[in-house]
Amino acid sequence: MKKMKSSLVNMVVVLTLITVVAGGALAYVNSMTETKIAEINQQNEDQAKKDVLCTDEIKIASETPVTIEGKEFVVYNAGEKGCAVKAVDPMNASFGGDLTIMVGFDPDGNILGYKILKTQETPGLGAKAGEWFQKDARGSIIGKNPAAGELKVKKDGGDVDAITASTITSRAFLRAVNAAYDAYRQSLGRGPMPQPEAGAQTSEQVNQ
Amino acid sequence: MNYLKVLFNGIVKENPTFVLLLGMCPTLGTTSSALNGMSMGLATMAVLIVSNFIISCIKSLIPDMVRIPAFIVVIASLVTILQMFIKAYAPEVDKSLGLFIPLIVVNCIILGRAEAFAAKNNPFASILDGLGMGLGFTIALTLLGGVRELLGTGKVFGFECFSENYGALVFVLAPGAFIALGYLIAIINKIKK
Repeated sequence: MKKMKSSLVNMVVVLTLITVVAGGALAYVNSMTETKIAEINQQNEDQAKKDVLCTDEIKIASETPVTIEGKEFVVYNAGEKGCAVKAVDPMNASFGGDLTIMVGFDPDGNILGYKILKTQETPGLGAKAGEWFQKDARGSIIGKNPAAGELKVKKDGGDVDAITASTITSRAFLRAVNAAYDAYRQSLGRGPMPQPEAGAQTSEQVNQ
Repeated sequence: MNYLKVLFNGIVKENPTFVLLLGMCPTLGTTSSALNGMSMGLATMAVLIVSNFIISCIKSLIPDMVRIPAFIVVIASLVTILQMFIKAYAPEVDKSLGLFIPLIVVNCIILGRAEAFAAKNNPFASILDGLGMGLGFTIALTLLGGVRELLGTGKVFGFECFSENYGALVFVLAPGAFIALGYLIAIINKIKK
């Protein structure tokens, strides 16, 4: 077959044709995998709710959407087991774009656990956030209560060890945790929760 | 044309990583363990085979002056499709390689082979070339990943060879990638002579 000449019409037609076909193929595959991907995300999220509340069985009593600085947070109230909060970094200033986490608080506001849901941090550096802040790890935040003061990395005057060589990720992560606590507090004001207890009340005073 | 020669060309004589030194970004970035390296190699191979085939089929339709954008659209679409499939059917792979999959688009091996081979040869030979180059890339990445994993953590594919305490962390981090790659290239050049 003879090679197509590089005339303007030929070029425009061929490029358009290729992009249309490519677009069609993408749309088709997307429609094919969309539900499956959503399913996996949902499964991950359900598992994360259990993981961050350190339990195998939870019943979500209520879901409260909370907006903080224009970002969507969701507080899943699991009654006496505490609350799982789906949170993002309110400043959206992580190292690699979106950072979405799930944080679990017991009814006193102590951090029970956390899980990274979505991250684009650098593998080997910022992506370590998944383990770094867990219980018994170097930067553990488990058991801390944001009511006693915002969580901050040591460099910013806080008491959390930042991930080595990934301070930006660590800051973004802690901002998300603090915001999660904020969302949790706000949902307490509205949701059918047991009365805020001692720890939470202190934070109210701090906030005011 | 000797098809067998085309196939083995990419594995040894013109190995994209060790001889052509193409695609260094994913090579250095994803080889922190043998398994990561192998997954990346296989993902790249899949894209390479299909992109070589498609480009070889449509080569005479594409005017010369717009061939690069046309190739890139084909490659980018294939990579996006691959990413969707990985997300849907292999979420574990997505977790460890997620960030690097979109980078296959700009992997110069793929555009390089499209330009140097697929645009001049028939579809069947192009598939073989993609397979050979892909295998060469996969073998190189697995080898490099294995060496780094062994020296860094004492394991290969997760099997412990010696205690992690004796591993040198530097080999898991970026500088170790350069060091290990340099020595592997030196060894291979020595053997080839």
